Amino acid sequence: MPTKLPQQPSIHNPAFSYLKFSSVLFEELRDFILAGFGAEVILAEKPDNLQPYLLLQTVLLPEVCLALHDNERTYFDYLSCITGIDNGPEAGTMEVAYTLYSIPYNHHLTLKVQVPRNTAGQPMPEIMTVSHIWRTADWHEREVFDMFGIHFTNHPDMRRILCATDWEGHPLRKDYQLQDYYHGIKVPFDQHNEFNGFRGEAQQLTSIPTPFSDKREKPEVE
Amino acid sequence: MVITKLDDLLNWARLTSLFPMGFGLACCAIEMMGAYASGYDLDRFGIIPRASPRQSDVMIVAGTVTFKMADRVRRLYEQMPEPRYVISMGSCSNCGGPYWEHGYHVVKGVDRIIPVDVYVPGCPPRPEALIGGFLQLQEIIRKETIRAPRAVQQIMAKRAAQGQPVADADKTAATAQHT
Repeated sequence: MPTKLPQQPSIHNPAFSYLKFSSVLFEELRDFILAGFGAEVILAEKPDNLQPYLLLQTVLLPEVCLALHDNERTYFDYLSCITGIDNGPEAGTMEVAYTLYSIPYNHHLTLKVQVPRNTAGQPMPEIMTVSHIWRTADWHEREVFDMFGIHFTNHPDMRRILCATDWEGHPLRKDYQLQDYYHGIKVPFDQHNEFNGFRGEAQQLTSIPTPFSDKREKPEVE
Repeated sequence: MVITKLDDLLNWARLTSLFPMGFGLACCAIEMMGAYASGYDLDRFGIIPRASPRQSDVMIVAGTVTFKMADRVRRLYEQMPEPRYVISMGSCSNCGGPYWEHGYHVVKGVDRIIPVDVYVPGCPPRPEALIGGFLQLQEIIRKETIRAPRAVQQIMAKRAAQGQPVADADKTAATAQHT
């Protein structure tokens, strides 16, 4: 009997018709947004992706989301994910992608917004929160804030979620630099870790030397 | 002669009732729990996890120490009474493990915060490796003597290193190194 080869997920493969279904529906959803908010709300679109997306005007994002959530034809009752993207200092932009899903209709939509990237000393880029529409967005936006330094206005509790409260910088930015010390602990690992180890108490517990025992006995190196 | 016998008794009592602190940080803690449980049964070595740092002798740093957790780990270590020992279990707490270069959130070795007596390599180490670490720690305790308590020695050596006046400093420095 010939073995069945695993099929590649593609919109041209009939076995994965649900992808095609969603790509057809993508046009309907785009037209729904266009009818409600006018032509200028969609800045760009990419319908031929496996995950097609719409690039929206940043200020109109919460209104579009509320319409997609409340309307009984779209009914996006589930926010799967919020993703922050840093395009780097050369591009000078940052993006946030919202992956929406409708549980009763089983359809997906990805929305994106783009904001200018700030450098040190400038205020953070701002996006309106959607946490009043989907409760999920609360922690997801806090994570984007923590990792990328994008501020979500009107968010009920805009704090860091993963890093320590007094952490410096936003780790997933392309130009992120580690701080040297955190609460007196050396942060970066360098070539000679033994120079940076614990140096408080010189001690040798056994007469057998271990590769680690000299870590605490090295002189202070500046 | 009497002190030697007392040393033997005290060391025997300490090394056969090592109470580790019942806490774990990451996946190494699963192996640690496996070592406590009936399959490997650390109870037969007198190793029973305690719920409080004030009642424990050993701290097993089992897992990734993040900077957020570092302050808590140091606080817990400071709450433990002397004599106290630290077993660093697994690559993460030994040296940062897989997060050694690009992990912004991981302390590159728990020995940047607290002094470590035994390092158990592995990612995560098998329960046998943790038992091996405990046996190594027992050997360390077996060599101790109340004539030179480690805690006092450490304080004296620290003071001598800082240039503070210490009673018979040269003798202390010599015994602290066990030369």
